Amino acid sequence: MKRVGVFLCWCGSNIAGVVDMDRLQAEVERMPGVVHVEQNKYTCSDPGQESIRRAIREHRLQRVVVAACSPRMHERTFRAMMRTAGLNPYLLEMANLREHCSWVHRDIDEATAKAVDLVRRAVFKVRLARPLQSGKVPITRRALVLGGGIAGIQAALDLADFGIPVVLVESSPSLGGRMAQLDKTFPTLDCSSCILTPKMVEVATHPSIRLLTYSEVESVEGYVGNFKVLVRRKARSVDEQRCTGCGECLSKCPAKVPSEFDLGLGTRGAIYVPFPQAVPNVPVIDRQSCLYFTRGRCRICQRACPAGAIDYQQEDRLESYEVGAIVVATGYDQFDPAAYGEYAYRASPNVITGLEFERLVSSTGPTGGRILTPGGGREPQRVVFIKCVGSRDEQRGASYCSKTCCMYVAKQAILLKEKLPRCEVYVFYMDVRAAGKDYEEFYLRAREMGVQYVRGRVARVFPHGDRLRIRAEDTLIGRRLELEADLVVLASAMVPRPDARQVARKLGIAANQHGFFSEAHPKLRPVETHTAGIFLAGAAQGPKDIPDSVAQAGAAASKAAALLSRQEMETEPVVAEVNEHWCSGCLRCARVCPYNAISEREIRVRTAAGVRTKTVATVNPGLCQGCGACAVACRDGAMNLAGFADQQVLAEVDALCL
Amino acid sequence: MVGSRLMRPDLQKSERLRQRIQELAGTDVGRCYQCGKCTGGCPLVEAMDFTPRQIMRLVNWGAEDEVLRCQTIWVCATCFTCTVRCPRQIKVAEVMEALRSLARREGVRSPARDILRFHRLFLAIVGRFGRLHELSLVMGYKVFTGRLFQDLGLGLQMFLRGKLSPVPERPGGARQLARIVSWWAERERKGGR
Amino acid sequence: MNSYLYYPGCSLAGTAREYGQSTLAVLRRLGCEIPELDDWTCCGASSAHSLDHRLGLALAARNLALAEAQGRGLLTPCAACYSRLAAAWHGVRQGGEVAEWLREILGRPLEGTFRPRSLLEFLVVEIGSHEIARQAGVPLDGLKVACYYGCLLSRPAEWAIDDADNPQLMDGLLEELGARAVPWAYKTECCGSFLALARTAVVFGLVERIVEAAREAGADCLVTACPMCQANLDMRQRRGRPPLPIFYFTQLVGVSLGLAPEVLGLDRHIIPGLPLLRERNLVSGPVGLRERLLR
Repeated sequence: MKRVGVFLCWCGSNIAGVVDMDRLQAEVERMPGVVHVEQNKYTCSDPGQESIRRAIREHRLQRVVVAACSPRMHERTFRAMMRTAGLNPYLLEMANLREHCSWVHRDIDEATAKAVDLVRRAVFKVRLARPLQSGKVPITRRALVLGGGIAGIQAALDLADFGIPVVLVESSPSLGGRMAQLDKTFPTLDCSSCILTPKMVEVATHPSIRLLTYSEVESVEGYVGNFKVLVRRKARSVDEQRCTGCGECLSKCPAKVPSEFDLGLGTRGAIYVPFPQAVPNVPVIDRQSCLYFTRGRCRICQRACPAGAIDYQQEDRLESYEVGAIVVATGYDQFDPAAYGEYAYRASPNVITGLEFERLVSSTGPTGGRILTPGGGREPQRVVFIKCVGSRDEQRGASYCSKTCCMYVAKQAILLKEKLPRCEVYVFYMDVRAAGKDYEEFYLRAREMGVQYVRGRVARVFPHGDRLRIRAEDTLIGRRLELEADLVVLASAMVPRPDARQVARKLGIAANQHGFFSEAHPKLRPVETHTAGIFLAGAAQGPKDIPDSVAQAGAAASKAAALLSRQEMETEPVVAEVNEHWCSGCLRCARVCPYNAISEREIRVRTAAGVRTKTVATVNPGLCQGCGACAVACRDGAMNLAGFADQQVLAEVDALCL
Repeated sequence: MVGSRLMRPDLQKSERLRQRIQELAGTDVGRCYQCGKCTGGCPLVEAMDFTPRQIMRLVNWGAEDEVLRCQTIWVCATCFTCTVRCPRQIKVAEVMEALRSLARREGVRSPARDILRFHRLFLAIVGRFGRLHELSLVMGYKVFTGRLFQDLGLGLQMFLRGKLSPVPERPGGARQLARIVSWWAERERKGGR
Repeated sequence: MNSYLYYPGCSLAGTAREYGQSTLAVLRRLGCEIPELDDWTCCGASSAHSLDHRLGLALAARNLALAEAQGRGLLTPCAACYSRLAAAWHGVRQGGEVAEWLREILGRPLEGTFRPRSLLEFLVVEIGSHEIARQAGVPLDGLKVACYYGCLLSRPAEWAIDDADNPQLMDGLLEELGARAVPWAYKTECCGSFLALARTAVVFGLVERIVEAAREAGADCLVTACPMCQANLDMRQRRGRPPLPIFYFTQLVGVSLGLAPEVLGLDRHIIPGLPLLRERNLVSGPVGLRERLLR
C-alpha cells in the first residue's frame, strides 16, 4: 500500500474557525494508507511547504493530500512543491476544506464531519494516482489578430513591436472599426480620426504585419502554439497591387446605395471606399448593387481606372496561416432600438442612435458636420438624449450597463452646444456613471454649458409632424414632464456582433449569456480565454470605451508575446487517453468534445482470424483541455482522463458512500 | 405632500408589505430602480396624489398606511402601459390591483370615495341582475354625487339614439353571480370591522 | 368556425348598441352563424377587478365555464370583455390555488381548454382580411382612418392580440378594404374611459390628445374595437373644432360589404358619422328617419 501523508491547513481561522482540526486529525489518522498527518496554520507559506517536504523525506511519503483551499487557488503551488521534493506533481490531491466546507457552513460538528468525508475522498483517490509526464510541443512564432478596430490595431502594433510577425484579419474593406465612425472622443475632445489614422497607416506599413482586409476567418484548427487558420479573402474586384487610390472610379459609379459607414444617413456607389481615410485606400465593388454584376453592363469604373486595376473576374481566395497565438478583437454592434416601439425609431427619421449622431456631427459625415435633422434638414432648436436604450432593461434589452453611453452622451451634448449654442439640450438619465479619470469633470462641463439633465427614463416619443413629443417623469420632483423636440438621440446599448457566437464556436472559446466572449477569470486572467493561446481585446469581451480597449489590447498582446517568446511549451498531462483494445470506434467521444481534440484513425490489430484494420478514436493532447466529457460519453470504458481514471473516480465514490 | 414627513425605516414592515404584494400580484416591488418609465407613460397621473413610481418607493419603505389610503391606486385604470414597459419586469398595474384588494380587505377608508362608490354600485347591479344595466349605474352614481343634472343633455342624446335601454335584463345565471358578489361582500364586511 | 359561442357583453345592448348590430350583420353577411352563449352574465369589467383580483376573475370565468361545458370558446366583440375573459382564462391556465378556487366558487369544472377570441382577431386571422375584401363590394376609397386600439387589446403581453405600441390588425383589414390607415402614434394610448364619470376633466384632456393626434395625422375619423373607447371619444370631444366621428371597425367593414346604414347602426353616433360617409360616396340612398330627426 502506498504511504500517504495528509496535511491539514487552518488557513488562519478560515478553516480552523469552523472545523475542529484535532478531531479531524484523529479521524484522518485512521484512514487506510495514511502514515502521517500534521496541521499547519498556513500550508501554502514557505514554512508550510517546507514542512511537507520534510515529512516526505522523513516518512518516505509516496502520495500527498493537502486539505486546504480550492485547487484553483493553490494546486499549482503544491505541485511545484512536489517537484522540489522529488515526487511527481500528479501524486498530489487536494481536499477543499475552505470553499466547500468552512466558508459555507456554521455548525462545527457538521462541518467537521463533512471535512472528514472530503479528506477521505482525497485519500482514496490519491492512493490510485499514477505519475504523469507532461510533453513538449514547439511554438509557431506568429500571431493572428482578428478584427481591425482600435483594439485589433493596438494589439497588432504591440505584437509587431515585440518583433513577432502578425497576421491581421479584418472583415470590412478598411481598418478603423467603430472608432473611425466617431467624431470626437471624450474626455479630451480630440478628433477620433486624427488619432486613429496614424495608427492605421502604421499597421499598413509595418514590416512585421500582414494586413488582410475584406477577409474572414474560415476555420481554425490546432492548439496553443500551433494553430492553423484558413482565411477567406473576399473578392474585392479591384487589384490591390495595381490600384493607386486615385479615386477616379468612385465619382463615376452610377449606383447609389445607403452607406454602411454612415449608417444609412448617406450614400455610396457600388464601387467605394468606406471613408476618405480608409486603409488600405483601395476600393471594393459591392457586387449586389453593381450594375455590371447585376445587369451585365456598365463597366464605367473599368474605363475610368487609369491603372487598369478593376478586375471583375476576381474570385474569393483561401489562404492558410500557421500561428502560435490568436488575439480576438472583433468588436461590438449597436442595439437596434426598433425593439422599443414607444421610442418611434422606425416611425420617425428624427429619432436616431448615438452612433448615427456621430456621423451627423462628423465633418466627413453626410452633412459635412452640420447638425441637421435627417427628416427635415433643419437645424434643431431642441435635442433630447435618452440614455440606457437597450441597457439595464431585462424586459426588452440587456441587463448590463453599456458603460460608455453616459460619457458619449455628455460629449455629444457638448459638441451640440459648441456647434449650436442656442440649441436646447436635454439628457434623460437614470444614473450618471462617470467613473474614470477626468470623466466626472467632463460630465459637469456639459452641465455647466447648459445641458439639462433630467432624471427619468423616457416613456414615450410621439411623432407630431416633423417634431417629436417626449413624455417622461422628472423623478426628482415626481411630476410628469412633456416637451417637444426636433431630434431625439437614443443612447443605444453596446451588444455583441451578430456573428459573435459563430466566431466563438469557430475558435472554441466561450461566450456569456449575452454573447460577449468570456475571459478565463474576471479579475486575475482578464485577457485570456479558457482556450490556451487565445486572448481577448476590446468590446468583443464586454462594453468598453477606447482607453479600456487600448489598455486591454496591450495586455493581450503582451500575454501573447510571452507565450510566443518561447521555443516550445509543456503540455498539460491531464488529458484523455484511449484504450485502443477496448475502443469500438463509435466516435461518440468526438461528437461531445468541445475542443475538437478527438479524431479517428485506423489501426491494425491481430486477431485469431488474422490481421485486420479497425477504426479507433485518437486524442490530440495539445487540443485536449481535460474536461472529461469523452470519458463520460464512452460506452466501452475505453476513454480515460489521466489523473481521473475510472478506478480513481469510483474510489472517491466508495470513500463517500461506503 | 409627503416631502416633509419624517420617515423611520422599518425593514421588517417593508418586507411584510412586499411579501403580501408578491402573493397577490406575483411580482417583486423590491426590484424597482426608480426610473420613472411607468409614470412617464401613465395616462392618469395628473389625477393621482402619488406617481406610480412613488407608490413603488412607498411600498419599499413599508409605508402601508399611505399607499392604502391614497388616490393613486383607485385612479389607476389598469391600462397596463406601465407593466409592458417596466425595464425591471415589475407588474406595476398588478401591484396597484393588489393594493386595492389590500385596502378593501383592511377596511381602509379611501379618499377616492366617488370611484369606490361607482365600483360598488356596479357590483350591486351586476349582483342583482347578472348583467350591467348602464342606466341604473349612471343614475345611481349621479344620485350619490349629487350631480343629478350634469350630463343630462348627453343622457337625452343617448336615449334618443336608443343607446340607453330602460329595463335591465336578468338572465338565470344572475343567482350565481349574486353568490360570487356576496362572497366578496362578506369579505369586505369582515375587513371593514 | 363552429367552435365559438358569441358573447356580446352588457354594453352591446346599451351604449354600444351599434357595435352589436354591426357585428351580427357582418358575421351573417360573411356566412358565420355563431350562436349566442345562453345565460351569459357580466364579465365584471371594469369594476370587479378594480375591487378585487379574484372577484374579477370569477365573474368572467363563469362564462368561460359555460362555454367550455359545450365544448366551445367565446368570441366577443367587446375589448373590455375580451380582456377580462382572457385574464380569467390565463388565471385558469396557470393553475394552482387560484384555478382551484375558481372551480370551487363556480361549482363547475373549468380547465381553460378554449382561449377566448376577440372579434377583431377572429375576422383578420381566422376569416382573413383578404377573404373579407373578396366579398366586399364597396371599396372604402378615399377614407382616411386612424385606427385606435386602446389598452385592452394591446396589453398586457400575456393576452394582447397585437403589438403594444404599433398594432396593425385593424389597419391591415381596413387597408385591404380600400381605406387608407394613417400612421399615427396614439393607437394604444389610454383614453381613460373608466374614469369618465369620476375624473371628467382629466379624461377630456386625454380624449383631446388622441383626437388631435388623429386629426394631425390627416384622418377623417377614428375607428375602434372597444365600446368604452367609442363612447368616451364620441361623447367627450371638446367643442370648437369640427369633431371627428368615431366608428366601430365592424361598421366600416359592413359599409364595405354593402350593408345598409341602419343595419349597421350608423345613425346612432353622437357625432354623426353618416355625413362623412355620404360625402365620400360610401353610403347612398335616402336619409333615414333617425338620421333626419337627430341632425
